[in-house]
Amino acid sequence: MALKDFAYGDTIHRCFRCGYCKFPANWVDVNNCPPYARFRMETYSCGGRLWLSRAWLNGQIDWTEHLAEVLYSCTTCRNCEVKCPLRFNVDIVNMVVAARGEMVEAGRLPAAVKNFLQNVELYGNPYGTGRSSRGAWAEGTEIERYNGHEYLFYVGCTGSYDARARRSALALSQILRRAGVSFGVLGNEENCDGNEVHKLGEQGLFEVLAQDNITRFKGLGVKKIITLSPHAFNAFKNHYPAYGGDFSIFHYTHVINGLLKAGRIRFSDNMHVRVAYHDPCFLGRWNNEYEAPREILKAIPGVDLVEMEKNRESALCCGGGGGNFQIDLLGGSENSPARRRIREALKAGATVLAVACPKCLIMFEDAVKSEGVEENLSVLDISEIAAKAWGMIGHSQ
Amino acid sequence: MYELKFDPELCLHCTTQACLTRCQYMEIDGETAQKEILKIARGEDSFVLHECATCYACEEYCTFGNHPYYLIAEKQELLGISPVPRPLIQRAVNLGIPFRGQPEIKEINGPVLNIAAFSELTYLIQGKLFDGVTPISTDERKMFHYFCQLMYLHYGRDSVIKERLPRIIETIAKHKPTEVVCFHDECYGAYTSYCKAHGIDVPFRPVHFYEYLYNRLVELKEMIRPVNLKVAYQRPCSSRLSPDKHLFVGRIFDLIGAESVKREFVDENALCCAGAIEGQKREGSRKGAAMQQQKNVEDMKRAGAEVCVFNCPACFQTLGGTVARNGIKPVHMSDLCRLAIGEIPAGWR
Amino acid sequence: MDSIYQSLAAIVDAEHVSDRPEELYIYSFDLGTAEPHRPDYVVSPETTVQVQEIVRLANRENIPVVPLGGGMSLAGLAVPLRGGILLDLKRMDRIIEVNEKARYAVLECGVSQGQLTSYLERHHPHLTHSEPGAPPAATIVGNVVIHGQGDLAHPYGFNSDMVNGLEVVLPTGEVCSFGSCAVGASWFTNHPMPDVGLFLGWCGTTGIITKLSIRLLPAKRIRGIGRFVVDDEGLVPEIFYKLTHTQMAEDIIAFSSAIPPFASKLQHFTVNIAADSEKELELKQQIIWDDTLGEYIKRGDGAYLGFTRSLERPQISKTSDYKKGGGFEYVGSIMPIEKYPECYRRGREISERHDIPYTVTGRCIGAAHSMMFAWTYAFNRADPKTIEGARNALHETDRLVLELGGVIWKPGTFGQKLVLERLDPNTRDLMKKIKGLLDPKGIMNPGNWEIP
Repeated sequence: MALKDFAYGDTIHRCFRCGYCKFPANWVDVNNCPPYARFRMETYSCGGRLWLSRAWLNGQIDWTEHLAEVLYSCTTCRNCEVKCPLRFNVDIVNMVVAARGEMVEAGRLPAAVKNFLQNVELYGNPYGTGRSSRGAWAEGTEIERYNGHEYLFYVGCTGSYDARARRSALALSQILRRAGVSFGVLGNEENCDGNEVHKLGEQGLFEVLAQDNITRFKGLGVKKIITLSPHAFNAFKNHYPAYGGDFSIFHYTHVINGLLKAGRIRFSDNMHVRVAYHDPCFLGRWNNEYEAPREILKAIPGVDLVEMEKNRESALCCGGGGGNFQIDLLGGSENSPARRRIREALKAGATVLAVACPKCLIMFEDAVKSEGVEENLSVLDISEIAAKAWGMIGHSQ
Repeated sequence: MYELKFDPELCLHCTTQACLTRCQYMEIDGETAQKEILKIARGEDSFVLHECATCYACEEYCTFGNHPYYLIAEKQELLGISPVPRPLIQRAVNLGIPFRGQPEIKEINGPVLNIAAFSELTYLIQGKLFDGVTPISTDERKMFHYFCQLMYLHYGRDSVIKERLPRIIETIAKHKPTEVVCFHDECYGAYTSYCKAHGIDVPFRPVHFYEYLYNRLVELKEMIRPVNLKVAYQRPCSSRLSPDKHLFVGRIFDLIGAESVKREFVDENALCCAGAIEGQKREGSRKGAAMQQQKNVEDMKRAGAEVCVFNCPACFQTLGGTVARNGIKPVHMSDLCRLAIGEIPAGWR
Repeated sequence: MDSIYQSLAAIVDAEHVSDRPEELYIYSFDLGTAEPHRPDYVVSPETTVQVQEIVRLANRENIPVVPLGGGMSLAGLAVPLRGGILLDLKRMDRIIEVNEKARYAVLECGVSQGQLTSYLERHHPHLTHSEPGAPPAATIVGNVVIHGQGDLAHPYGFNSDMVNGLEVVLPTGEVCSFGSCAVGASWFTNHPMPDVGLFLGWCGTTGIITKLSIRLLPAKRIRGIGRFVVDDEGLVPEIFYKLTHTQMAEDIIAFSSAIPPFASKLQHFTVNIAADSEKELELKQQIIWDDTLGEYIKRGDGAYLGFTRSLERPQISKTSDYKKGGGFEYVGSIMPIEKYPECYRRGREISERHDIPYTVTGRCIGAAHSMMFAWTYAFNRADPKTIEGARNALHETDRLVLELGGVIWKPGTFGQKLVLERLDPNTRDLMKKIKGLLDPKGIMNPGNWEIP
């Protein structure tokens, strides 16, 4: 497609490459754009990506695998939108997604991206694991299938299939059950929410997923949805309404916070840890929620909450967005954003890095191992921390 | 052409000359006051035209509604007397020129909230209080198409108001509002007091922001929990153009459980923020403005205020920092009302 | 050429060297109007030793080396005019030392302005550096290498006047140190070898600075900006002179621009004032606005616009959006302050003729010893005609600077030629000798400051 037909063809040239986008909101370093932090070559900065996209659409450079990797290395964390001083800043991620859409149309994608999308299309998840094991995480528990409950608990692909992330899905279920929240899950009927598919530029597949999910939810009479993942939260809240999906959407931290305030959860003084909370991009910069997770942690006696230097809208993305938790274009180096973030947590004096997203959870678990600091830092989802603080000891995998 | 409805006979028969005897910036006795106001009416020079601080208060003090301040502003321009230095006039006049294209006009056919030249402050009109009203002038690139121009009173450029205001009214009317809630107090003063005084037709019903907030709070009465704060109110100059709406300040405070502290400089004795004074030509203006601001804030402190409630964003910008540095929290009235219904405004701690 | 690539990869690592079209494309551009030229390789080293090895390789193989910091010179000074190895130095971004008592910082060459500002604010709030108007991604070293100036230019001069010492990799690969660090002392002064004039101001054509000690200045508790406006440009030089006499200000700038309308045909002053107490602040404000500028206010010739308590970085990048086009470039000059009115008038005239909204700025340096006066021309990167138009306006302005008796600050190749044409021939010969001595093979950023 020529530049003139590109959705942002008349604005993409407005990037001046001034480099504000490399910094966090609080200016601490130049490592807040995850791909730039990883590679430190201008091609991987936000400005470099926009200029290259434009040059490709304009016929000045040809498609190569490297170009595609540069374009797909963006984790859609929105740091650039927060920092860019120019008026088109609200569209920066949209431009990257639209440029990716052009690559999808042309069928020219990195192999790992192709696999991701094919798996979602065929199996409803990016891992390529069969649908019939999607609900397996809940086996042996008393978690109910959704049948007119007050809330649908939407678990998501990572929470359903990933061994580590499943533990946070289980922990959350325990909390909700004990607090008397009426909820059910879709089990094997659950399908991918499509947030990453959308960010990878496959609009066609996203639409299919969205319409399919909306039809399913409406058919079941779903009105309220709790999500484990901020990615699903974002898709349901911000994209699904355009397809008629008008549900009330909650990230689980909103719900736990509400239960705490209503006195339906009571934490005991059974943990003594120094916790740093990592703001996930799709809860923080994308949806402006920085406080609910912190309020949960502050309500736990024995939790000493510390802040990393780059927190809230200055947080460094774990590097898992834009499908990269699976596609992994940013791994393999001590400069990977996840490993950098682990070092930042340690610098803040934390012994626990708390997350509120299953993708952050698995990215940081791996990074702790790569950094060799398993003795010094644990990574726990807030659901797990809250479950422990409420005296629920362990849970089966 | 629009002419000011001013009747010198009223001044001739006035027994109080309150417009000038009550002026907070000049010491004028009754006899001098009458002499000077009639001189001004006749188009002659008067020390009043040079010493005027442009605080608008005399509009309120005049018991006949004879518009002494509009008269002063008009005559200042006619006689080439300006309260501010020449480059500042040019700057101000150019500031109001829209230069980023035409606004997008959507026909609302319902109640409208005109944010006017404060498009960047949409965070002050969030939440349940504003359900059911549609904001206009939300694009800061086009906001000067909605700017009421009344600011030019401070610059001795009444003619600019008369020249531009009718077009602004036309733009607002194009949205087909059933009523126009004015976010800024001065807009309300423009579309009621100023337009009426000059015979400018206003084809919509302006609603004072505080009247709107009060009525909305009454609708949401069940949600109100007392804020239990000791508040001082920063009354803006423009409030003098709509003294009949000032009572909503007290009504809102009562409704939301805010205790209005006992101040010296309050209601008709309120001190303006001095934002329009610090750049004036008169020697000592900068220092005088700073001292007035300090006096104002000391008064709030002495009365035990925890919070200073602002009406006007310009007052907020001028005085907010000083208020905060003196240990009092600056907050906009709409944000205070949001607190009362259990919402947390951005930045509130 | 493949063996060169292998050698470079062996020096750094495979991830930080590239000869791929994407890197060559991006690194071929300056952000202004300069024509792009592709390098043959892009390398990002992490240590001085790596820089040395790359330079030695380049010498052996006769390949140009072009050092790149933030890339914000907007004069094409890091465009590889003859191809070769583009050296992206930004990975060398350690802040090595901050010495509070002697007020200096030792930095690697890739440390950015924003990084240093943030670091000082968090760890040494009583210290600051003179921060230029460039975006925060610009580097400290890049700025001194072009004789830059920042927001402490009025009290303390050019940023290149604030250097205590350097570590430099010569074009032949040796490492030299200058200043007290060279005799094994700390990096606190530029003696006993003060003549770092071999590298500062040479715009990266005589060597690669890998470390720098920069003087830090006191940061007071309250820092803010007061504003003043006049409509007669003829008053600007005397106002600069009077303000500098007070010794009460930190940064004094005068500017005028067609957009936004409130700035058009007026001269706005920003005067930075710092104080540790309300008493000190009020005293300074009194001296500046009441005692010194009060006469202009009283006459109605100048107006005080208020004081805001924060150092808001001017977002220069916004100028790039004037033509909604992501681009601008400016001619910077060092001018006698008395030339301000003419600089303004002639600048407006050139801008209007090229259909570009005019933007001019003058920053006071020292005690009104000079000013950095800049004429800025925006262009639309998607419209080549506007790039051509901006380029023509820039070239006209280069000539204007010299005509008005100023000197072009960090000129691009066009301005460099004009300067060299006028330069004292003996000085020019000496420059040639020095360059020949330091860089016998002519590999260091060839094409820039080349003496025929």
